[in-house]
Amino acid sequence: MITKTEIINLIKQKIPHSEVFVENLKGDDHLLVTVISSKFDNLSLVKQHQLVYSALKKELASEVIHALALKTKTPN
Amino acid sequence: MDNQTKTKIEKLIKESPIMVFMKGTKLMPQCGFSNNVVQILNSLGVQFNTFDVLSDYEIRQVIKEYSDWPTIPQVYLKGEFLGGSDILIEMYNSGSLKEKIEIELAS
Repeated sequence: MITKTEIINLIKQKIPHSEVFVENLKGDDHLLVTVISSKFDNLSLVKQHQLVYSALKKELASEVIHALALKTKTPN
Repeated sequence: MDNQTKTKIEKLIKESPIMVFMKGTKLMPQCGFSNNVVQILNSLGVQFNTFDVLSDYEIRQVIKEYSDWPTIPQVYLKGEFLGGSDILIEMYNSGSLKEKIEIELAS
């Protein structure tokens, strides 16, 4: 089991100065993660999501996180 | 990356203009995220093929590496990785999915 704070920290380590929000969707293991960062400027949606996923690589591979909905946005 | 599995994946992607790697089948999706993608493509009325990764452990693992994408479902359009369920939902809502599919399938 991974906490929301741990997820936020992992993403912030990878993408400094980002804003990260984690909400539960239905059960504890269904999460909605929203990341807002200027680093997403000029990146395709696929690349934006890949960047966030790379911060959670281990957790996704081991299925500590198994259901994750992701939203990425730029600040403006 | 296992080459034999990689070749299988490439063949699947090449054979169908729209290929969805998902959990379960079109009629019986085994996961809500996979179901989202099936419903979206159905509502656009486009032809697509699916591959059930639960039926093939090798493909289930290798596709993640192949696409550099850690989750299932994964959608390919004309051999190009389009995204997972979040991206499909976002593109569907903005109308860009329909447009992109129409353009790609026409060319």
